[in-house]
Amino acid sequence: MPRLIATRAALGVLTLLAVSAVIFICTQILPGDVASAVLGQQATPESLQVFRQELGLDKPAYIRYFSWLFGVLHGDFGIALTNQRNIIEELWPRFLNTLFLASYAAVLAVPLGVGLGILSALREGKFSDRFSNIVTLIAISVPEFFVGYILIILFAIDFPWFPSLATVFEGMGVGERLYVATLPALTLVLVVTAHMLRMTRSSVLSIMSTPYVEMAFLKGLTRSRVIGRHALPNAAGPIISVVALDLAYLVVGVVVVENVFVYPGVGQYMVDAVSKRDVPVVQACGLVFAAVFVGLNTIADILSIIVNPRLRHPR
Amino acid sequence: MSDDLVLHLEQLKVETIKGAVLVDNVDVTLRRGEILGLIGESGAGKSTIGLASMAYARAGCRITGGNIIINGTELRASTAAQRRNFRGKSIAYIAQSAAASFNPAMTLMEQVCEAPVTHGVMPRAEAQAYAVRLFRTLQLPNPETFGDRYPHQVSGGQLQRAMAAMAMSCRPDVIVLDEPTTALDVTTQIEVLALLRDLIREFGTAGLYITHDLAVVAQIAHRIMVLRHGKMVEVGAAKQVLEEPATPYATALVNERRESEHIALPEPPKNVHPVLVIKDVDAGYGDVPVVKGINLSIARGETFAIVGESGSGKSSMARVVVGLLPRWTGDVRLDGESLSPALPQRPRDRLRRVQMVHQMPDVALNPRQTLAEIIGRPVGFYFNRPRSAIKQRVVELLQLVGLPPDFVSRRPGQLSGGQKQRVCIARALAAEPDLIICDEPTSALDPLVAEEVLKILRRLQDELGVAYMFITHDLGTVRRIAHRTAVMLKGEIIAQGPTADIFSPPFHPYTERLIASVPEMDTQWLDGVLERRTLQ
Repeated sequence: MPRLIATRAALGVLTLLAVSAVIFICTQILPGDVASAVLGQQATPESLQVFRQELGLDKPAYIRYFSWLFGVLHGDFGIALTNQRNIIEELWPRFLNTLFLASYAAVLAVPLGVGLGILSALREGKFSDRFSNIVTLIAISVPEFFVGYILIILFAIDFPWFPSLATVFEGMGVGERLYVATLPALTLVLVVTAHMLRMTRSSVLSIMSTPYVEMAFLKGLTRSRVIGRHALPNAAGPIISVVALDLAYLVVGVVVVENVFVYPGVGQYMVDAVSKRDVPVVQACGLVFAAVFVGLNTIADILSIIVNPRLRHPR
Repeated sequence: MSDDLVLHLEQLKVETIKGAVLVDNVDVTLRRGEILGLIGESGAGKSTIGLASMAYARAGCRITGGNIIINGTELRASTAAQRRNFRGKSIAYIAQSAAASFNPAMTLMEQVCEAPVTHGVMPRAEAQAYAVRLFRTLQLPNPETFGDRYPHQVSGGQLQRAMAAMAMSCRPDVIVLDEPTTALDVTTQIEVLALLRDLIREFGTAGLYITHDLAVVAQIAHRIMVLRHGKMVEVGAAKQVLEEPATPYATALVNERRESEHIALPEPPKNVHPVLVIKDVDAGYGDVPVVKGINLSIARGETFAIVGESGSGKSSMARVVVGLLPRWTGDVRLDGESLSPALPQRPRDRLRRVQMVHQMPDVALNPRQTLAEIIGRPVGFYFNRPRSAIKQRVVELLQLVGLPPDFVSRRPGQLSGGQKQRVCIARALAAEPDLIICDEPTSALDPLVAEEVLKILRRLQDELGVAYMFITHDLGTVRRIAHRTAVMLKGEIIAQGPTADIFSPPFHPYTERLIASVPEMDTQWLDGVLERRTLQ
């Protein structure tokens, strides 16, 4: 089993490397050029040329990729083209903000999604199950920016309980941060909970129809014991994968939500950089998102291996 | 009603939610220490009765009428908590597939002790000691530590015995045995059967023994009830039902079994031109060999049987021939031409000439396609015929396997198991093959239906001259269909020759053991086998 886990971890690193290459290639084939974007329409070809040389844009792509990768591995994401600031210094506090928002949403969504999913599976076919099925389907189908605006209309305008702008700044207290970030967190919770609920429900249901669950009932065990002792331990693997996927989505999916609520996170930073064609910043944000995504999924894979009795207790 | 009546089902009726009747007015009485055999084809309602005697119905079914009385308590009128208190404690269940019926995430000991501890029959320590005693009675290896293992760490036969221990863990009055030996190999089957019988005798438990195999039930049951379409056909003492069945249906069942015991072997074909030659073939998965040094040849129009227990490499042989499992060494020749080891390298015409019929017709057919599509696909794929000609050919093929032409628009879900297997045969024939590999084609079917399918296979061979490589673990089937037979053990062929020679002395010791393990309908058979074994 340690070998399996090591393989998974190594695969995660490899995936991340591949992603870094893809990000780099994608930003290269994007139309537009930083130099002309920064200097504007009136720039002379000569000044453009000088500026490009200054930025190192005249070197071949693979050399630029490796020097970029080398820097990233040493914690250096380079300098933002537009304001000449060190990217890592700009990115880090924003990343913490994003993590704060994602954790806020996760703390609400994971127990809610998994708990309601199990409950829904237990009450399969009953009214509450069907009701939650329809509601979650709607929540998944509607884009999150729309959910965000609806929440603003309801809870910031009609009932002005929460602010519509989630502005946080350094030195703000945790309580106040939580209050301000409530609406964006709720938006994320709605979307993610729905997904988690549905996936948890279906994985518990598939376990509930196995012969060993029937056997447990025929042994005269109570329903709660059958579910707690027999069904859930075997449903853990699939549930872990779903939770990890949704946690990753929470971090990555905030891009849109942060913009709706003007929340100073990585997503907003990235969208801003894209509109200004600030390629190094876009690359850095993309890589951070990819790292979170790959990291969480690798952890989920490893956890699934650990909870699998066949792998934990080999013959 | 006498005191020793432990289970009494009165006028039991079970229906699906949609109203189809599964069990219709069945009465069952079971006295202390008595074993009643429930016999019938699949769909006869045997398992449904077994579960209903625990007042349990599977999803989509309901117990709609009658009384279920255990030790004088009527369960249908009881509360759910009362019913739960009977399950596992007074009446326990042994399922067909032990591998599926054990929770993979719990040790065997935890699962065996679960019922006695939660029902408060005995404290944990006592339950464990009792479980070890049961393990020892059931001759499980290292009974002291056997329970520490997980289900995937023990063999199928051991797991089946562990399930018997789990069922006996509360010292129940009644035990429901739902085909407990069907999933096992013949040689393992008699061991488990003898142990189950001794266990039930030793503890004075009453048993409801569900099976489709008359010979198995003959060894263990005092009385036999024959069921068909959810209705009771006949009930009586075991000897009487087996020797002088009163109803036509029971007579047909018994005769089918007798025929397989005394059958004239088919003559080998005179034409000895080989269609398939396998020479010195080794193959395996990863670096683990599963078939070793295989040599055999199959003549045109011949049926060549490969018999052996599960895990002996029979199905791997089939996979080597069709190219799904590329051979490591040796040669496979079809009509004198060497076949590439792997399937993708074989030209279409070679693929056409070797076809397969699988064990499970249910999963071998695409449930969303009509028979016209299923059978028409190989016709179009191999022969490139126009649409109208394909249609014509599908109708011909359906008639060839004895199905009406209007079945073309049906889907597999609308067919019975035997009909599905005929469709699989028709699909194989659509390619006009020289050789059909039949991998246990009848073992998922009921005996009377299996008999029909075997007859069709024999008739098709007479009409079309196709050769069969017939893989099975059922020696009765081999005797009925095979011209020549090879016996496989641990990936090697240990004996091969004309079927008559294989099944008459002098035997290879393993062949003798296989033959001796096939249950016969004689009620004294099991005692005889066990006696001979102890003498040796």
